[in-house]
Amino acid sequence: MSLDAHPLVRDWLECSHGRIVVKSGKVDIGQCISTALVRIVADELTVPPAEIDVAEVRTGVSPDEGVTSGSNSIEQSGKALRAAAATWRREFLAVAAAQLGVAAAALELAGGEIGYKGINRRLRLVDLIDDLPPDLRVDLTAVVSDRASGQALAPTPPRGLEDMVTGTFLYVQDLERPEMRHARIVRPPHARARLLEIDPAVRAGLERDGFRIVQDGSFLALAGPKEWPLLRAATRLASACSWDEQGGLREGDVFQMLQDHRRTSLLVVDGQPQPGEPPPPFAAADHEAVYERPYQMHGALAPSAALAEWRGGRLTIHSHSQGIYPLRDSIAESLDLARDRVELVHVPGSGCYGHNGADDAAFEAALIALAIPETPILLRWTREEEHAWEPYAPAMRVSLAARLEEDGEITGFSAEASGDSHSRRPRPGPNQAGPARLLANHFRAEPIVPRTAEPAMGRHVGLHRNLDPSYRFAERRVVKNLVYDLPLRTSAMRCLGAAANVFAIESFMDELAAKSGQDPLDLRRRHLDDPRALAVLEAIAPYWTEKGRMGEGRGCGLAYSQYKNAATRLATMVDLSVNDRAEIHLHKVIMAADSGRIIDPDGLRAQLEGGFIQGASWTLHEEVRWNRSGVLTRDWESYPVIGFDNIPEFEIILLEPPGEPSVGAGEAASSPAIAAIANAVFAATGLRLRRLPFTADAIRQSALGDPSSR
Amino acid sequence: MGLTLRINGEDRAIASDPETPLLYVLRDELKLKGAKLACGLEQCGACAVIADGEAVMSCVTPAAAFEGSIITTVEALGETEIGARVQAAFIETSAAQCGYCTAGLVVAAAALLERHEVPDRQTILDALSRHLCRCGAHSRVLRAIELAAGTDA
Repeated sequence: MSLDAHPLVRDWLECSHGRIVVKSGKVDIGQCISTALVRIVADELTVPPAEIDVAEVRTGVSPDEGVTSGSNSIEQSGKALRAAAATWRREFLAVAAAQLGVAAAALELAGGEIGYKGINRRLRLVDLIDDLPPDLRVDLTAVVSDRASGQALAPTPPRGLEDMVTGTFLYVQDLERPEMRHARIVRPPHARARLLEIDPAVRAGLERDGFRIVQDGSFLALAGPKEWPLLRAATRLASACSWDEQGGLREGDVFQMLQDHRRTSLLVVDGQPQPGEPPPPFAAADHEAVYERPYQMHGALAPSAALAEWRGGRLTIHSHSQGIYPLRDSIAESLDLARDRVELVHVPGSGCYGHNGADDAAFEAALIALAIPETPILLRWTREEEHAWEPYAPAMRVSLAARLEEDGEITGFSAEASGDSHSRRPRPGPNQAGPARLLANHFRAEPIVPRTAEPAMGRHVGLHRNLDPSYRFAERRVVKNLVYDLPLRTSAMRCLGAAANVFAIESFMDELAAKSGQDPLDLRRRHLDDPRALAVLEAIAPYWTEKGRMGEGRGCGLAYSQYKNAATRLATMVDLSVNDRAEIHLHKVIMAADSGRIIDPDGLRAQLEGGFIQGASWTLHEEVRWNRSGVLTRDWESYPVIGFDNIPEFEIILLEPPGEPSVGAGEAASSPAIAAIANAVFAATGLRLRRLPFTADAIRQSALGDPSSR
Repeated sequence: MGLTLRINGEDRAIASDPETPLLYVLRDELKLKGAKLACGLEQCGACAVIADGEAVMSCVTPAAAFEGSIITTVEALGETEIGARVQAAFIETSAAQCGYCTAGLVVAAAALLERHEVPDRQTILDALSRHLCRCGAHSRVLRAIELAAGTDA
């Protein structure tokens, strides 16, 4: 996809001031993708990574690669860059051969220089750029698949790390411009409330004090030169507003709503939704269970921010969005501006783990900038806003059933996942689809209200990501239910539906193992044919068989998953204990991963560790709570996350079968982490926890046999 | 008479209202943006600075409360032997992903090692108890601090 739209080498690579510059449309969101992309180019061209730069990602200049999501960057941008660099390498060698008057095959390429045995003259690649045809097309056949693994390349620290440890790395939140104004939004109590009035005396007082109030219907913002006085003024303005709450948010048990509300149901075959009525549930299953995940949040450490400026009829926005092109198009459409009058520039924010407040903040900064022209506007959301207004990961309910034969063979498997949409990123489409997904548009005087979600129909996307297991079951029934009229706005968060689906399926496999008296590892191996899946399980097998008898309250659990049934294969084993205060302590995690050809072994390990830790945080702590009056979890005390005191020791085994292409790994570890923890808690306590999060309270309730804690 | 703060070895005359939390003075007035605004509630540690040898949150306490204190921000941390050692250890172990929590962690680690030459694991955990990381770089951060302290296995 990336190469179809951008077929030339110069779309991806250029040379500037004697240095190679990587041009990618994928952006760093904490996953360090640019470090990996540089390593790919370094590998193909033998140029040291330190001599390669990465271009700023900017609309109109960078390749349009859609959204940085789905663990796709290595498979899309990485593949394109490897082919572009390989094409360059082949052409460089041809040009050098002509200049030196020898055969290309006799040349040696090392350290970014071409040499020839017996002569001292060496040609630097960067000096040969002007000799290449300017419109050279990327040739996929230039890639030689048996090149040495990225493990052979010396380690490269993540790009920017030196600046991060000295405090000089610039995030969008740190941007500064002459005459810049800070801005803050004054939010309604919740998504349904609309502004009735602002106390005119307070409004006049704030304007007298030099603050600019920007209002468009119920969208209300304030700008001023200094950040702290602005924050205080925003508090004053907020207290001067009265709101029509319009009945408040829909209250109730979301897991009940997921059963009762109207829905679109689709059969999923081989990971792909099908038209037509799904078949009925199994009449007589041998085992059934329901697993639930509440609404959870991305909870980026830095609240969202954007810098926008409306100058000379052009709008420039610096944003940490994951998709600058679709965001540009959605903003341009919202404002009735031609696309070429809106420019989006990516500047890193903190890790986002999916569609958080970044896009909304970018549009809101633009609205403020349009009202205060010729002035750079730095909008920062507060912690409370990010917690209360980011689009959450949908609550999900996954209902499983199996037919289990006497001999322990699983012959029938039914999986049904219910939840809201995982796909509400702003993207242009019919009926103002993009603008309708930008938060501020819901509140403007002429609102563009949220549209009813359409079921995602792609393979292993949204709700049904990893719902169709990679195990061999003779009969299978996989159904997704897109449920409507749910209380909170949702969109894409790391792993999408896979988090709940893998939690469910891999817990269920454990339950089936217990029910049939089989070892959980053996049951999985018995139902897998894929040799690479079996290999990752084989790699952790010695740890599993040698775990021995664990003491009271201590146990090991395992899980297997291949993200999207197409990317990294991962076997995970967790050793944990549950203490007498019903708290889970993580001791050790062993993961065996096959991501195909390895580009950056340390970066891969970091993604697996980080993915596991985020999955563990979802499992142990995270739940968005709300009532009629609004979202209740508005800070890190009401929405706790995992801390340094519960971090396991990691042992990671990387498998690299020869000749296999690189696949994504950024989301591989989080979902199986949930199931492995659930299975280890069962091993440690005999308690089968089927609803996240596994707080001490939930464990105590489960021990008391409370069915609602099921 | 205005407020003067001793920051990174210099006396700085502060024009902001003395009731402004220190973090906003550092970032907005002095343009020292290494300490991060992330929660503004003293709940996440991204804004940590060293005041009189202790790592403290700077996002709530008024600047006036730091009058007479010796303040070191992450920007000047590398000038001390321990600070430089901590920074090098974070790089050596790749102890960051997005890096937004990193400056606060480096500050906390340096303050810890100034007080405890060889902290045990529990002492390190206590020093990081108010710091959050969302990317999951925790185990590398712990390794970095132990590397800097010379207690890594």
